[in-house]
Amino acid sequence: MQPIESFEVPAPPKVNYINAQYGLKSWLLTKDHKRIALLYLGSITFFFFIGGIYAMMIRLELLTPQGDLVQSATYNKVFTQHGIIMIFFFLIPSIPATLGNFLIPMMIGAKDLAFPRINLLSWYIYLAGGVITIYALLAGGVDTGWTFYTPFSTTFSNSYVVATGLGIFITGFSSILTGLNFIVTIHTMRAPGMTWFRMPLFLWSHYATSLIMILGTPVIAITVLLLAFERLSGVGIFNPALGGDPVLFQHLFWFYSHPAVYIMVLPSMGVVSELVANFSRKNIFGYSFVAFSSLAIAVFGFLVWGHHLFVASQSVYAGMIFSFLSFAVAIPSAIKVFNWTATLYKSSISYDTPMLYALGFIGLFTIGGMTGLFLASLAVDVHLSDTYFVVAHFHYIMVGGALMGYLGGLHYWWPKISGRMYPEGWGRFSALVIFVGFNLTFLPQFIAGYLGMPRRYHAYPPEFQVFNVLSTAGASILGLGMLIPSIYFVWSMRYGKHAEPNPWHLPGLEWRTQSPPPTENFEVTPIVTWEAYEFAPPEETEVVGKFGPELERI
Amino acid sequence: MIESHATTQDIHGHPALQHHFENMEQQREAGTIGMWVFLVTEIMFFGGMFLAYALYRNFFPAAFASASNHLDITLGAVNTGVLIVSSFTMALAVYFTQVGNRRPQILCLVLTLILGLTFLGIKAVEYHEKYTDRLIPGHLIPGASFGPEAHALHLLPGATLPQVEMFYWIYFAMTGMHALHMIIGAGLLTFLIVYSIKGRFDPEYHSPVEIIGLYWHFVDIVWIFLFPLLYLLGRHFEHG
Amino acid sequence: MSEHIVPVKIYFAIFLALLAGTALTVIAAFVDFPWRLNTIVALTIASIKATLVVLYFMHVRYSPRLVWVIVASALFWMGILFAFTFSDYFTRNWFSSGY
Repeated sequence: MQPIESFEVPAPPKVNYINAQYGLKSWLLTKDHKRIALLYLGSITFFFFIGGIYAMMIRLELLTPQGDLVQSATYNKVFTQHGIIMIFFFLIPSIPATLGNFLIPMMIGAKDLAFPRINLLSWYIYLAGGVITIYALLAGGVDTGWTFYTPFSTTFSNSYVVATGLGIFITGFSSILTGLNFIVTIHTMRAPGMTWFRMPLFLWSHYATSLIMILGTPVIAITVLLLAFERLSGVGIFNPALGGDPVLFQHLFWFYSHPAVYIMVLPSMGVVSELVANFSRKNIFGYSFVAFSSLAIAVFGFLVWGHHLFVASQSVYAGMIFSFLSFAVAIPSAIKVFNWTATLYKSSISYDTPMLYALGFIGLFTIGGMTGLFLASLAVDVHLSDTYFVVAHFHYIMVGGALMGYLGGLHYWWPKISGRMYPEGWGRFSALVIFVGFNLTFLPQFIAGYLGMPRRYHAYPPEFQVFNVLSTAGASILGLGMLIPSIYFVWSMRYGKHAEPNPWHLPGLEWRTQSPPPTENFEVTPIVTWEAYEFAPPEETEVVGKFGPELERI
Repeated sequence: MIESHATTQDIHGHPALQHHFENMEQQREAGTIGMWVFLVTEIMFFGGMFLAYALYRNFFPAAFASASNHLDITLGAVNTGVLIVSSFTMALAVYFTQVGNRRPQILCLVLTLILGLTFLGIKAVEYHEKYTDRLIPGHLIPGASFGPEAHALHLLPGATLPQVEMFYWIYFAMTGMHALHMIIGAGLLTFLIVYSIKGRFDPEYHSPVEIIGLYWHFVDIVWIFLFPLLYLLGRHFEHG
Repeated sequence: MSEHIVPVKIYFAIFLALLAGTALTVIAAFVDFPWRLNTIVALTIASIKATLVVLYFMHVRYSPRLVWVIVASALFWMGILFAFTFSDYFTRNWFSSGY
C-alpha cells in the first residue's frame, strides 16, 4: 500500500458533525450518534485507566511471595474492583458504544440510529451507574470478587455491596438500550439495496451482540436486585443458613455473565473481519459462514453457563451437558478463525497498524480459546479451577482478543471519526510493544496456574515467584505500550495530517462520505448495488487497493 | 442545526415524522419492534424471579401451600378481573385512535388508568394486611420483622416458619416488581391522556398509544401468571 | 406493514374468554387433582389466557413474522433458563451413592 504521506493533503473538511455546532450544550444534548460515540469514547477511556490502576496494584503486590504491599482485605477489594470496572464499565460498552454507535448507521446508509434520544439516554445511564460505583469505591470499596458469590456478599462482607450492585444494575440498562437500538436499526433502517447479506460483517457481529445484551442483561439485573434486597432485609433465598441456596445465585449470575463474555468479544471479531478483508484487499472467505457463526455464538453462548459451576456442587449430569456444549460453542469461533486465515491466503496484505492488531487478535484469541477447552473438560477443570490458568485464559480473550480488536478498529476508523491520521510509525511500534508486553504478562500465568498457584491470593509459595516477576515485567511493558496510543490520538486531533474521505481506498459505505462525516452522514441516501467486500482479484489490479470499475462512479 | 444538504426533508411528512426516518411507516415499524424488543427484556427480567419461585416451591411444597392459602383469594381474583377489564379498555383505546374517535379514545384511556389505580389500591390493602400480620420478611420494615402467629397460618405438615418466610419474600419481590411496573404504566397512561386531549394523535400517527398498549398488556400477562402461582397453589389442600 | 384494525366484537369475545378463564382457574384450584395436575391445569389455563392477550390484544396475530419470531425467542430463552437450571437441581440425587 502506498504510504499515506504521498497523497495530497486535502483542504480541511467543510461543515462536519464536530464543528456543526459549538458549545457544551450541543454536545451534552446531542442526538447525533457520532457525537454520542465520542462521549462514550471519553468515558470508557476514563474507566479503562481506573481499571488499569487496579491492575497495576495487583501486579505490584504479586511481585513478592509475601503479602506485603497491602493487607489481604485490601487486596480483595483491589482485584474485585479491577474486575468490575474492566468488565462492566470498559469491555461491555467498549466497541458497541463507540465504534458501533458511530458506524452502524453509516454502514447501512442511514442518517442515525432508530432512537437517537434513547441513545443519548443510554450514555447518561452509563454515567449514573459509573458515578454510583465510583462513590462505592471511594467510600470503601467492595471485596466480594466481581462474581459477588453468596452468602459472603449477602451476609458476611462488610463492604459496599449494595452500592456497587446498584451501580451495575443501572449501567445494565445502558447496555439494554444500546442493544435495542442496534436491533431495531438493523431491521428497519437499511438503505435501499442493502440486503442482510450485503451488510459488512461488523454489522452481523453487532447484531448478534445486541441479541445477547437483550436476552442476558435483564437476568443479571434481577439477580443483583435480589442480592441487594437479601443483604438489606436479612432473608435468605441465597443463604443456606436460612434455607436458601447459594448455587441458585451462581446459576442466575452466570446465565448472564457467560454470554457477557461474548458481548465483549463478538464486536471485536466483527472488527477483525473488517480489518482482515480490507487490509488484504480480498473478499472475506465464506461470508455467510462468518455471518451465521456470529449468530451461533450468540445462541450457543447461552447454553454453557454451568461450566462456571463444575466445582460448585452442581449435578455431575448437568455438568456433562454443559461440558459438551462448551466444546460445541468453540466451533463457530473456530470457523471464524479458519475463514480469516483463508482470506489472508494469497491476498495482498498491508501491515498497517490496524492489520497488526487484527493478526494479533487471531493468534491470541486462538490461544485463549483453546485453553478454554481445557477448562471445559470436567476432570481437568477440577485441577485448574480457581487457579491462574483461568485468569490467563480469560485475559487472552479479553485483552489479547477483545482489546486488540478495539485498538485495531480505533486506528482503522480514526481518520473517519476525527478527520486526522494518527502517526503510522508510532502506531506500528506501540502495537508491537503491546503484543510483547501482553504475552509476557499472561503466558507465565498459564504455567503458574497449571502448577497450582491459586487466583485471588496476594501471598503465594515462593516457587511461583519467577512467573509472577515475569508477569509483572510484562504488565509494565503492556501499560507503557497502551499509553502511547492515548498520547498520539490526542496529539493527532490537533496536529495530525488531515485525512481524505477514503484514506485507505476501500469500498465500504462509510468511506464514501467526508472525513469527518457531516451530521446527516450522507449528502444523498445511497442506493446499494454492490456486495460487502467487492475487491477486484489482486492479479487484475495495477494499483494496489483499486476496486472494481463499476464502483468508481459512486 | 445547519441544514446544508438536499436530503429527504420532512416537507412531505407528518409533523411527527422524525428527521432520521424516511417516512411514517418506517417510524411506526421501528417503534413497534423497539417496544417488542424491550418486552423481551422484561420477560427475561421476570423470568429470573419465576425461576426462584419454581425452585423453592419444589423444595418447600407444604410451606408454600400454607402461606399461599393465607393470601386473600377474593382480593386476588378481583384484582385479576380489574386488570383484564383494563386490558380490554386499553385495546379499545387503540381501536378508537385507529379510527379517529377522540372522545371514546380518551374515555377508554382514562378508564384504563382508573382500573390500574384500583389494582394498586387493592394491592396496598393487601400489603397493609401483611404488615399487620407481621408477614413482611426479614427486617425490611424496621420494627416489624417477620414474626407471624404460627397458629394463624394453619401450617400444613412439613412446613416451617423460615420456609414460609421464603414464600413471602418471593411474593413481595414479584408482586412488588409487578406493582412498580403498574405505577410506571400509570405514568405512561397519564402522558397518553394529556397528549390525546391536546389532539396529538390521529389515524396516521398514534404509535405511542399502540406501544404503551403493548406494555400495558404485558404487565397484565405477568399478573395472569402470578395470580394462580401465588394465590391458588395450595387451595386444593384446604379441607373445610 | 399496513395496519390492521381489529373489530371491537373480537376484543369483546377475548375479554369474555379471559374472565371465563379466571373463573375456571379459581374453581379448578379447589378441586384436588391427582399428582401434580393442579399445577399443570393452572399453568395451562394461564398460558391460554396469555396467548389470547398476545395474539389479539397485542395484535400479534396480525403482525409481521418478525414480531412472531421475537415473541417465540423470548419464550424459548426463558425456557433455556428454566430447563438448564432444572437439569442441575433435578439430577442431583440420581444414582446417589454418596456423591
